[in-house]
Amino acid sequence: MKLLYLIVPLAPLVGAILAGLFGRTLGRAGAHTVTILGVLISFIASLAVFFQVMRGETFNGDVYTWLESGGLKLSIGFLIDPLTALMMLVVTFVSLMVHIYTIGYMAHDEENWPADSRAGTNSYQRFFAYISLFTFSMLMLVMSNNFVQLFFGWEAVGLVSYLLIGFWSVRPSAVYANLKAFLVNRVGDFGFVLGIGLVAAYAGSLDYATVFAKAPELAAMTEQITGWPLVTAICIALFVGAMGKSAQFPLHVWLPDSMEGPTPISALIHAATMVTAGIFMVSRMSPLFELSDTALSLVIVVGAITTLFMALIAIVATDIKRVVAYSTLSQLGYMTMALGASAYSAAIFHLMTHAFFKAVLFLGAGSVIIALHHEQDMRKMGGLKKYMPITYATVLIGAIANAGLPPFAGFFSKDSIIEAVHLANVAGAGFAYFCALAAVFVGGLYSFRLVFFTFHGEERFRKDHHGEEGHDGHGHHGSHEPHESPKVVTVPLILLAIPAIASGWFIGPLLYGEWFGEAIVIDAAAHPGLAQMEEAYHGIFAMVAHGVTTLPFWLAVAGAALAWFLYIKRPDLPAVIKAKSGVLATILEKKYGFDEFNEWFFAGGARGIGRGLWRGGDQILIDGVAVNGSARLVGWFAGMVRLIQSGHIYQYAFSMIIGVFVLLTLWLNRA
Amino acid sequence: MSSFLLSLAIWIPILGALPVFAAGEHKPLVRWTALAVALAGFAVTLPLYFGFDPSQAGMQFVEQRPWIPRFNVEYFLGVDGISVLFILLNSFITVLVVIAGWEVIEEKLAQYMGAFLIMSGLMNGIFSALDAVLFYVFFEASLIPMYIIIGVWGGPNRVYAAFKFFLYTLLGSLLMLVALLWLFLESGGSFNLLEWHQLRIEMLPQMLLFLAFLVAFAVKVPMWPVHTWLPDAHVEAPTGGSVVLAAIMLKLGAYGFLRFSLPIAPDASHYFAPLMIALSLIAVIYIGFVALVQADMKKLIAYSSISHMGFVTLGFFLFNALGIEGALVQMISHGFVSGAMFLCVGVLYDRLHSRQIADYGGVVHTMPKFAGFLVLFAMANAGLPATSGFVGEFMVILGSVKVNFWIGLAAATTLILGAAYTLWMVKRVLFGPVANPQVAALEDINAREFLFLALLALCVLAMGVYPYPITEVMHASVDNLLKHVAVSKL
Repeated sequence: MKLLYLIVPLAPLVGAILAGLFGRTLGRAGAHTVTILGVLISFIASLAVFFQVMRGETFNGDVYTWLESGGLKLSIGFLIDPLTALMMLVVTFVSLMVHIYTIGYMAHDEENWPADSRAGTNSYQRFFAYISLFTFSMLMLVMSNNFVQLFFGWEAVGLVSYLLIGFWSVRPSAVYANLKAFLVNRVGDFGFVLGIGLVAAYAGSLDYATVFAKAPELAAMTEQITGWPLVTAICIALFVGAMGKSAQFPLHVWLPDSMEGPTPISALIHAATMVTAGIFMVSRMSPLFELSDTALSLVIVVGAITTLFMALIAIVATDIKRVVAYSTLSQLGYMTMALGASAYSAAIFHLMTHAFFKAVLFLGAGSVIIALHHEQDMRKMGGLKKYMPITYATVLIGAIANAGLPPFAGFFSKDSIIEAVHLANVAGAGFAYFCALAAVFVGGLYSFRLVFFTFHGEERFRKDHHGEEGHDGHGHHGSHEPHESPKVVTVPLILLAIPAIASGWFIGPLLYGEWFGEAIVIDAAAHPGLAQMEEAYHGIFAMVAHGVTTLPFWLAVAGAALAWFLYIKRPDLPAVIKAKSGVLATILEKKYGFDEFNEWFFAGGARGIGRGLWRGGDQILIDGVAVNGSARLVGWFAGMVRLIQSGHIYQYAFSMIIGVFVLLTLWLNRA
Repeated sequence: MSSFLLSLAIWIPILGALPVFAAGEHKPLVRWTALAVALAGFAVTLPLYFGFDPSQAGMQFVEQRPWIPRFNVEYFLGVDGISVLFILLNSFITVLVVIAGWEVIEEKLAQYMGAFLIMSGLMNGIFSALDAVLFYVFFEASLIPMYIIIGVWGGPNRVYAAFKFFLYTLLGSLLMLVALLWLFLESGGSFNLLEWHQLRIEMLPQMLLFLAFLVAFAVKVPMWPVHTWLPDAHVEAPTGGSVVLAAIMLKLGAYGFLRFSLPIAPDASHYFAPLMIALSLIAVIYIGFVALVQADMKKLIAYSSISHMGFVTLGFFLFNALGIEGALVQMISHGFVSGAMFLCVGVLYDRLHSRQIADYGGVVHTMPKFAGFLVLFAMANAGLPATSGFVGEFMVILGSVKVNFWIGLAAATTLILGAAYTLWMVKRVLFGPVANPQVAALEDINAREFLFLALLALCVLAMGVYPYPITEVMHASVDNLLKHVAVSKL
């Protein structure tokens, strides 16, 4: 029983170690075989665990004691419940698909390295080692039964993300992006660690079950020093962590730049799994978040801002991966809103459907990118439908699901979230509902814009791009017709497209059934939204039938129609609109100026403070005045004394006479 | 109970330096003799850990015999859960330093190896001495080899750095000598530390004692604002010197707080705790910012050391088990991580003879194995979980939040600052395109370099994944110390 749980994370770890340390010996085929085998074993074991959990066999136990100090016992252990089991399945399945896809995507990776780079000679093996290491870390995160291991996994996925965003380490933009990603995540972790600290200090344990059992007690407490309501402080601190990892406004800035990494990891890490860790974490902490409406309000508002404002950028982005990245941000915003509306199961449900359809979109985009020899600019694509029918079909499925049209997966999960936000009663829910609806329209627009811009219309890739060709190492730009990607690429696409359509149909058991059981706690008296939705739910067909009569559906359709009009019917219009909209377009293209502000204020400010303290504090005050100053003082004093000790007898005699004279005077006048 | 293990740990390296000196100009003989002595010195410390009884709070492996009977000075050695691990760490690092200096040192090799061996023995003496005079002798004597190491094998500005190091630390410890003599008289003629721990002392003398010890130990740690000798010393010291300085010597000051300040002057310790916490947090934050803008890799790591040692002093003055044990774990981890970081800089310096970050760039393309190690150690330096760097920081942050949320908040900024200065350096050194022809010509690490980096990598990972065996030996002694400190001596 317990062995099965161990196999799930350890199989990918073994694969990662073998491919990472012995990659040269194993060779390319050896490396991808061991890692894929590891993830396959992990996936099969996860399936077995899933069926066990369906039968009601859950588990909560420690593997070993990591540390014991000050009455706090910190362990490595597993909590296997419906929430974990679902996450394990999603993670291992998407990971397996991405592993297979990588064989095709990274096949010619040596072209991405300078010819004499020693790091480039085994980059293929290293890439497989990293994605397997990621799978291990993500599994440790979701399977944890305590806050410490959660934080372990949390940071470990961050590490692998860092390594993979900067995978092509020769590119300055990539190594800028990975440092930025790590540091922004660290800002989130700063909050996360304080949240963990508060839990440890007041609950006296970091074990989920113990802490959640004490949740009502904690709700009655205030933080001693600050006087804040304790649970609110804990939840907000933890949520700051989630904002970092799940790229919520204003800590979203790292995710678009993370697109510098190879596309398979954009799909696996920066869409399907790692970025959803924050969503998972808050759902896991539902017993705490349910006790603080203040925290839930913050969550729903942050989610709402992220949803709408990131979706808007997706309309103007021209890099195909960045469009999908902004779309991911917007979808993460939906999940966050669901959390704020106390519809945790809806958030997890959307997390799952999104994992599939967003992986399809990313991997599909990657398929296009390799077909066009690493071209990512949609302005140089178009008309690819007939050359890449499988990629086209799967991306179309992903786009429809992303837009939330029935009966695709995204419809069920997104519609549930919108309804839950509509019914939510925490402060800010009204604003969130508005953002959610507006983002549906925008989502329809950018999803279909991507499809039409890339696969329909004029074949813009035929145009010569002499400017770039000079830098291009491959040289075969435009010399071949684009063609469909190999089977290792298309088969994972198809296998992911199936759940991108169908996974939504499980809404009944997941949202309104008993699936999550006690894994998710909702205070139904205070937050009755989901319970009300359950009463109104009468099966998926009724939901679709009802859905097409409601506003969100027509907003999405309107968005899609507008995309059709702008990019197929009148492709000359977007340029005109852009020219007319002036400053608005600039704001969107500058992504609201966050990058410039952060670079100037935080990065520049920190360097300024550092230089100021170093020059002013260390060099001038401490070393200059205090240390060398006291040395000089000693020197000056010695110099003074030396003046007196001239070695001339007459001077000594003279001063003795003066001295005697002064003393005598004083003595005689002492009265 | 009687044992010779501690004496062996002290005297094997010191006396072992003699045959190394004797080997003189015969370099292979010097190297292998030094390695044999270092390994023997490390081997005798292993039973200290495996034979250690973690359930016992008191001193173990005790040796006690008269030394200068007239003043009641004794040759009195013993270790508890607080000190035992540092003897192992010190002896282990000595082995690495010998390997690291293998081919790199060309001049006066025998003297170089001998100096390190003697210093290793002396520092074992500091960690195990329970007689104040014995402690003071070891404490001061350890300055001499380090002074020589910086002054002889150091960089261009080595004389300034060596003097600054020597004067700073010597001036600090003079006040400690006064404190020791006062305690000798007050205790009715005893230099026995364990007896001193039981002395009842008035508040004013306690405060004066605390301040006298503070000056001595704060310089060694070093705490802000008496830290400026460290970057200079590191920059000028040879790689081995930097490793020992960072890994072991800085720990002497911190150890002094636990062995002298807290148990002898508990009331004063409580009184001054806010000051100590404030200085520690300044070290974490102020120094973190200063580290960010360093252009010299060694200076950057030196500042990073000060910042990490801030966590140690912070943990001590929280007066809870998480804080003190976290601080001890941080000390050991910092021994591995800072040692490894300095060795990594040494690897680069040996090839390019520059420590300037700007002279590098794209090293990953020519030295991929080295890059792997450096990223690992940098992550440990930034406190990533599953490395040793995380454990102590995490414990101290938990301990701080327990005492005062704002202290925890200030301490946790290290998550951002530590990552920023470490990884920004890594980015500029390792990544990007190959910066210049010198970098293009770099050779990856050889088997000898691989050996010492791999050994440290194993330690860093093992301690991060399973720190339990390390904290296990501390509990009884730390609990005992906390109980002791909680009782007023007025």
